[in-house]
Amino acid sequence: MDKAQFSSPWMPYLLLMPQMLIIAIFFLWPAAEAIRSSFFLEDPFFGKATFVGIDNYRDALTGSDYQRTAWFTALFTILVALISLGLGLMFAVSADRVLRGQSTYKTLLMWVYAIAPPVAGLIGVMLFDQHIGPLVDFAALFGWDMRIGVNYWDTGTAMIIVATWKQIPYNFIFFLSGLQSIPSSVKEAASIDCRSEFRRFWTITFPLLAPTSFFLLILNITYAMFETFGTIDLIVKDQPGNSPVTLVYKVYRDGFRGNDLGGSSAQSVILMLIVLALTIVQFRLIERRVHYN
Amino acid sequence: MTTLRIKNARKVYPNGAEAVKGVSVDVEEGELVVFVGPSGCGKSTLLRMVAGLESVTEGEIELAGRVVNDLEPADRNIAMVFQNYALYPHMSVRKNLAYGLKNRKTPNAEINSRVDDAAKLLQISEFLDRKPSQLSGGQRQRVAMGRAIVRKPAIFLFDEPLSNLDAKLRNQMRLEIKKLQQSLDTAAIYVTHDQVEAMTMADKIVVLNDGQVEQIGTPAEVYGSPATTFVASFIGAPPMNLIPGDLSENGLNIGGTVLDHTADHRGPVTFGLRPERARLTSDANGIAVDIGVVEELGAIRLVHCQLGDHELTVTQDSEEPLPSGRMGLEYAERDAMLFDRDTGHRL
Amino acid sequence: MATTEIETDVPRAKAALSRKSFGGVRVYDHIVLWVGVFLMMGPLIVAFTTSTFDHVLIHKEGMQLGWGGQFMETYQTVLTQQGGFTGEVTGWLMTQNSFVLGIFFALGKIVVSMLAAYAIVYFRFRAATFCFWIIFLTLLLPLEVRILPSYEVVQQLGLLNSYTGLILPLIASATGTFFFRQFFKSVPNELLEAARIDGAGGWQFFVDMLIPLSKTMMAAIFIIMFVVGWNQYLWPTLMTTDETYFTLVRGIKQIMQIMIGADIPKYNEALAMAVLAMLPPALVIVIFQRMFIKGLVEQEK
Repeated sequence: MDKAQFSSPWMPYLLLMPQMLIIAIFFLWPAAEAIRSSFFLEDPFFGKATFVGIDNYRDALTGSDYQRTAWFTALFTILVALISLGLGLMFAVSADRVLRGQSTYKTLLMWVYAIAPPVAGLIGVMLFDQHIGPLVDFAALFGWDMRIGVNYWDTGTAMIIVATWKQIPYNFIFFLSGLQSIPSSVKEAASIDCRSEFRRFWTITFPLLAPTSFFLLILNITYAMFETFGTIDLIVKDQPGNSPVTLVYKVYRDGFRGNDLGGSSAQSVILMLIVLALTIVQFRLIERRVHYN
Repeated sequence: MTTLRIKNARKVYPNGAEAVKGVSVDVEEGELVVFVGPSGCGKSTLLRMVAGLESVTEGEIELAGRVVNDLEPADRNIAMVFQNYALYPHMSVRKNLAYGLKNRKTPNAEINSRVDDAAKLLQISEFLDRKPSQLSGGQRQRVAMGRAIVRKPAIFLFDEPLSNLDAKLRNQMRLEIKKLQQSLDTAAIYVTHDQVEAMTMADKIVVLNDGQVEQIGTPAEVYGSPATTFVASFIGAPPMNLIPGDLSENGLNIGGTVLDHTADHRGPVTFGLRPERARLTSDANGIAVDIGVVEELGAIRLVHCQLGDHELTVTQDSEEPLPSGRMGLEYAERDAMLFDRDTGHRL
Repeated sequence: MATTEIETDVPRAKAALSRKSFGGVRVYDHIVLWVGVFLMMGPLIVAFTTSTFDHVLIHKEGMQLGWGGQFMETYQTVLTQQGGFTGEVTGWLMTQNSFVLGIFFALGKIVVSMLAAYAIVYFRFRAATFCFWIIFLTLLLPLEVRILPSYEVVQQLGLLNSYTGLILPLIASATGTFFFRQFFKSVPNELLEAARIDGAGGWQFFVDMLIPLSKTMMAAIFIIMFVVGWNQYLWPTLMTTDETYFTLVRGIKQIMQIMIGADIPKYNEALAMAVLAMLPPALVIVIFQRMFIKGLVEQEK
């Protein structure tokens, strides 16, 4: 049955007003503006705008720089999401099983969640620094001469490592709470039915975690695509010339540094469509999760 | 004087479902009226319409001579005890009791004395400063009642208040509620799906089915002369035996067995006989039944037997010898009831 | 089929047993967790210890473990030295700005989203569905994909370099509203009915019932949102050009470039700045760990 509700002609509108005002001013207006200007070519010096149809989109999608960025973003996203999910799950499974020191492990493993992406980036910059970075020395042990900011893939590797590191605690927390919500009677039944712990994990625990995992995968993709901006911005410093960047970073660079408003807006709209697709997938998953229960 | 008068009340939900189909009930001063029926029969909806928690589609709710259809619940001079108590979890017991009075701008001294009186009456004085979560189920139940009592309402509304308690506590609270209601001399409506609760507590029972009144009467009336087969099967445990038969000049024909019956009606009927009004005899020459499973309940036993193609239950004192094989069935003719098989109404 | 499975299981089970039992302690799990702690905390510890060393030494010998003895000097410098391009901003001022952003962002979000969620869950009104979908829409478009037009809007409103312009646009996203909507829906209906019989009106029910009942939820959301607000980077970067509005996280890139741009880069100060920027949010989530996890996990449901 539905909630019994109040009926008042004005009160709900009054209550919703702050939220709706903020959304209208800082959300709907800019979003509409982004869509509008993606169809115009703006002259940064004279402020004149010419309607160019889908030219901005075509230019964006066919530009070699954009394609390169898109490929890197895809690779970056997949690696960051999968590695941080994998490590998060591994730590969570162990943390769920130990009895002694569980809360200490938990605290130490989730600490990094609190760190802002650019701060993680700064620490990464130091660790991979040509002069003082221990990780560069470590790579040199294997004959890898890492040159962050100079070599495209070296820089990309550092970005992936830092972004993954920053995301592990998030996945750890969700997996651990997922594991702890599995009823102990199920775990006990499984331990009677199947002796091998390894097998038990893959046949009982993991399938029970699957909804959590799918759901987390989407959140991780969103993180890698959008929230790593600060990390990337610090690692590329101000010389993004030969450094890999993600699509979001490119929106920012083209719009603010390159003054290509139309192109940047078109890229924004493309990203909006990607988020839209991800959200639809996410809601499908939530619906399915409801069926599980 | 009549405290509450429900006149032809209907409730139609926006989706078209009709939960209450024109019900009229009067609640007299100091009377405890029980609405009883299976789940989905509209009894709770009807109660909530009286409370003002559901709008009334058609008809009138008249409380103390005043039509209250359009009044807010708070303005109706009613008090309600909910199934899950609905105590305010963040307030102490005292504040729970006082909240409604405070909202009505009752002077503090008055609030305090009313709360203390109610607490004393319900023996919860020592818990006044506790939070609901620190109380047992029975204690919460009392607090919920206390919240109703302090309002000094024209009528109490109870919505299955005992269904969350265990069986033992339920029997005890049943009695307490009845006593309390009598000592306060305030009218009350009590909703339940439990016919034992209905029989033991009610001054007047309203049997509801599918949004309609099946019968209104005292417990004795509802039990002794049920108006329909529905009431006959719903009130009384174990339920009345209901067997299809045919009335003709020869008598009542039930699956081949013809019983003597002096009724004017002719045609298909339902024959009703309460298990406790039938006797098993060793003389199988009259109506013969085959004994099946026997359930021992301690003081009595339930004997399930077969009359032709039909199942029949008979209660028997446990002192009697255990029945078996083929036996005779006896009953007084005034205990046998006949219902029209099409309408279900008593003939 | 079944028999072969049992047979192949035996060696594995034995392996599991030997791995498991060492005086009842699960060695494998502890090793995994130690590796995890090393990976997660190692960089932070190195960052902190290095920040206590002298910058010349770091420049020569790389990042350091141990205690450098320069702790007080370095952190005092970072907090009080006037830095930046204009020379007006100190670490202390940036810390204050970070607190302002974190606290008011969290408070603003709670107030705005609680009011909105209350209206959506507890009121019947014609525009309800419409409002719900508008709010839902905000989940689809993170700030990152609409930075440029958002910047222009704030510029047109004259809100660049102001706390209002910094905080309000961040509140636009509706995560908090959905969180409270979910919570309000889980509040039993009878509570509302009992309160209505007790004469509580719309506003009274909110103040007397929902707010006290939401206390833990509010605290959990506050903790999460404080961390999220404190850690904002992109928006403050666009919005604030006046260095007196810099937050620690916002300022960290500029400061880093100035410090590292020196002849002998002041790595210690850059790292000290990073430590300052991460300490408050980290302490908040460690101290309120239980509440934080609860809020985080429930928020995504």
